[in-house]
Amino acid sequence: MFMLLVIMWSLEAWSGQAAPPTGGPIADRIAAAAPHDTVRVEAGTWTEPTIVIDRPLTLLGEPGAHILGTGGYELLVIEADSVTVSGFTFSGVDRTFMEDRAAIRLQDAAACRVTDNTFRDVFFGIYMARAADCHIENNTLQAQITSETTGGNAIHAWYSKRLTVAGNQIDGFRDGIYLEFTDDSRVTGNTSTNNLRYGLHFMFADRNAYADNVFSDNRAGVAVMYADGITMQRNVFRRAWGASSYGLLLKEIRRGEVMDNTFDGNSVALLVESTDHMVFGGNTFAENGWGIKLMASAIGNVFSDNTFRGNTFDVSTNSRTLDSSFEGNFWDTYEGYDLDRDGRGDVAHRPVTLFSVLVERHEPVMYLHRSLLVDLLNVAERMLPVLTPTDLADPQPRMRPPL
Amino acid sequence: MMTTLVRFHIKNALRSRWLVAHFVLYLLITEGLLLASGASDKTLLSLINVVLLLVPLVGLVFGTIHQYNGREFTELLLTQPVRRSVLFGSLMAGVALPLVASFALGVFLPFAWHGGVTWYQGVRIGTLIGLGSVLTTTSVAAAFMVSTGQADRVRGIGTALGLWLIYAVLFDGAVLLMVTTLGQWPIEKALLGVMLLNPVDLSRLILLQVFDAAAMMGYTGAVFTRFFTSATGYLVAGAALVTWMVLPILAARHRFLRQDF
Amino acid sequence: MENVRKSFGDNQVLAGIDLQFQRGETTAIVGPNGAGKSTLIKCLLGLVRPDHGRLLIGGLNAQHNAAARRLVGYMPQHAEFPGGMTGRDMIRLVEELRQEDRAPDLSLVRTLGLGADLEQPFRTLSGGTRQKVSAVLASMFAPHVYVLDEPTAGLDPVAGAALKDHMAAERERGATTLLTSHVMADLEELADRVVFLLDGRIRFDGTMNELRELTGRERLERAIATLLEGDAA
Repeated sequence: MFMLLVIMWSLEAWSGQAAPPTGGPIADRIAAAAPHDTVRVEAGTWTEPTIVIDRPLTLLGEPGAHILGTGGYELLVIEADSVTVSGFTFSGVDRTFMEDRAAIRLQDAAACRVTDNTFRDVFFGIYMARAADCHIENNTLQAQITSETTGGNAIHAWYSKRLTVAGNQIDGFRDGIYLEFTDDSRVTGNTSTNNLRYGLHFMFADRNAYADNVFSDNRAGVAVMYADGITMQRNVFRRAWGASSYGLLLKEIRRGEVMDNTFDGNSVALLVESTDHMVFGGNTFAENGWGIKLMASAIGNVFSDNTFRGNTFDVSTNSRTLDSSFEGNFWDTYEGYDLDRDGRGDVAHRPVTLFSVLVERHEPVMYLHRSLLVDLLNVAERMLPVLTPTDLADPQPRMRPPL
Repeated sequence: MMTTLVRFHIKNALRSRWLVAHFVLYLLITEGLLLASGASDKTLLSLINVVLLLVPLVGLVFGTIHQYNGREFTELLLTQPVRRSVLFGSLMAGVALPLVASFALGVFLPFAWHGGVTWYQGVRIGTLIGLGSVLTTTSVAAAFMVSTGQADRVRGIGTALGLWLIYAVLFDGAVLLMVTTLGQWPIEKALLGVMLLNPVDLSRLILLQVFDAAAMMGYTGAVFTRFFTSATGYLVAGAALVTWMVLPILAARHRFLRQDF
Repeated sequence: MENVRKSFGDNQVLAGIDLQFQRGETTAIVGPNGAGKSTLIKCLLGLVRPDHGRLLIGGLNAQHNAAARRLVGYMPQHAEFPGGMTGRDMIRLVEELRQEDRAPDLSLVRTLGLGADLEQPFRTLSGGTRQKVSAVLASMFAPHVYVLDEPTAGLDPVAGAALKDHMAAERERGATTLLTSHVMADLEELADRVVFLLDGRIRFDGTMNELRELTGRERLERAIATLLEGDAA
């Protein structure tokens, strides 16, 4: 018994509370700092109540500086403009259903930078509310949540604008990056994997751009909903796998661009619902269950110069009349010819097969995939369309994938 | 006795032209696909279609014709001191084994000399060859049932073709009808059970699980994937395959033992 | 055989046949097509199962009985062999299947002039040559009972004569022979006894001489024609 007490006591001492190396708690040092000072924090484990930064300054963690919470509170709250937090490891924020408890919260802050930090076992990572012109860069955020309802988001923004989220590595949250009512922001060069909901999630967020990100193994890929003027370029959407999993889900979007992205091995690479006047160009859809699921509510979209390869269904739709157009895509299922050698097929390609229509109506028809019956029905339907949309066709498909 | 007869039948098969033709058929198909698109998934998927179509067709039609052609000889052997069950076993093995071997080699060899096959693709090719072998055996046994039950060879070959049509197309037609009429009920699980009743569909679904899992999404896909990746699923599918080999053989044997020649 | 009956569907092919054959006796089974000759033979060979009655060969049940079939040598009407195999392969196969302790008697090979043909695959051989191989196979273990279905069909006259000589010698040895043939000369030459079948029943059973007396005809085919007419009347 005595031994046990000694061990517990020594653990307590070792875990850090009693051992802030020198200079006292971080909160005290911030209270003592003048605006625009740099506060350095040396290596060690710092456990103290929520640290509030209420003046513009730079908080710099030296290698090994670790801010550890005991679980029930947020670690760092930034309430001033022009604050930089860099070089720390954050951990020890328990999940709760009462609030969006985050490791770092930026509240009504502008021109802040959160860079080069590591987050482990936190509920929310970085939470921005009414933030503007902030940079969240090169952070590493890891969590291992087990269910969608009990997880938080790695980088979360609400009613913010002109954010830059770049170069972060995110793994295992609910949403990797979540932007709600957040406009004019850029999300670039991030890697967001193994999140239980979306790798990236936009809601009611206009004029945002995201490029060169990698989203893989997220249960439901990337979702962009209720947004205007979104640009999506050169991202990789990989292995969004399982029931109702999408590489990229677009819903209620207008006037955006989806260019030069790669969709690889997703159950559904791209779901387009109630989306109008979008341009989809130069994307590669490879080895997906569905390349594009185009809902009847989508209008005026243009799909050009995309490559479709090895998908079970290139395009499926739940409607017979469609208002979107396909121009000059490469389809590996194209069976036409190019007599005049201009690189374009001489007969139109109809990417929607009867089978995909039947599956859309009665899912269990899926069991007949690759059966002779289905092949025969598809051929018959191609010759005499009854159920498939007659106007969904690529009049001049490419014979070779665009470079 | 059994080995003597099996050896005799296999020796005859090795000296016959049909076996060479059968081997060359699969060799050319596989080689052609490999030359067209390399050791890719596309090649393997095309091979699936070929195997699911051609293997039962060849097994049924060839098995039936072979039995009719060998009928006099079978009678001659029956007048020798040989038990009917032994003779049946040797006849069955004498057709099924060479067919399986020439099919398997015809598909395997082009991959072997083209090379560039990943371990993962190797597993897929193995599955394909394994299922093709099962289907060959099943369809040869079915052919024996047809030829023992029907003395008239034209009608016998017609019956064999009819059987193929049923298993390759009509059965799926009935499934399609069932799904579209009962679509509002949750029939996914029942449907899996129905698919076990057709060895061609069963093989197709197993290959689908191995090759094309991306397509299997939604509730149907979840039911499907859960079934085919679970221990129970393996057991049930495996047992169904074995049943599909053993049952036609036993039925054909039963008929053969009671047959008047 | 005792009260053997057999029907295929509604069609009664054998309507109660009782027959006994003696050692060294050669019996010709005759009758028009469809009279039940082949079915009778096939019953004896165990190829067809009778619905009723029993068949004994040398005291052994002919059905499901490998031992009974060991006593029988059979020459079918059309001998068909796997095209890839040779006569030699067949002889070896039958040797292994019969599992006799004695060496096979292959004297017929020379008598019938087979020789080099034994090494050729069957697909290159004529029907007559195949028939010769069939004769060799039937006789190679000196069976107690011969069942010969049109034995000389397809054989050239020389080989036919040689085969008939062989059969005569076998009769001397004590072999029982059942014979069908459309070649009346063969029957007259070989048969001691004639069984005439019509519609699955025995219409006549007696020696050649009895048949001649009954019908007043010297030639067998005439005698049979007379029997047929008598039936029609």
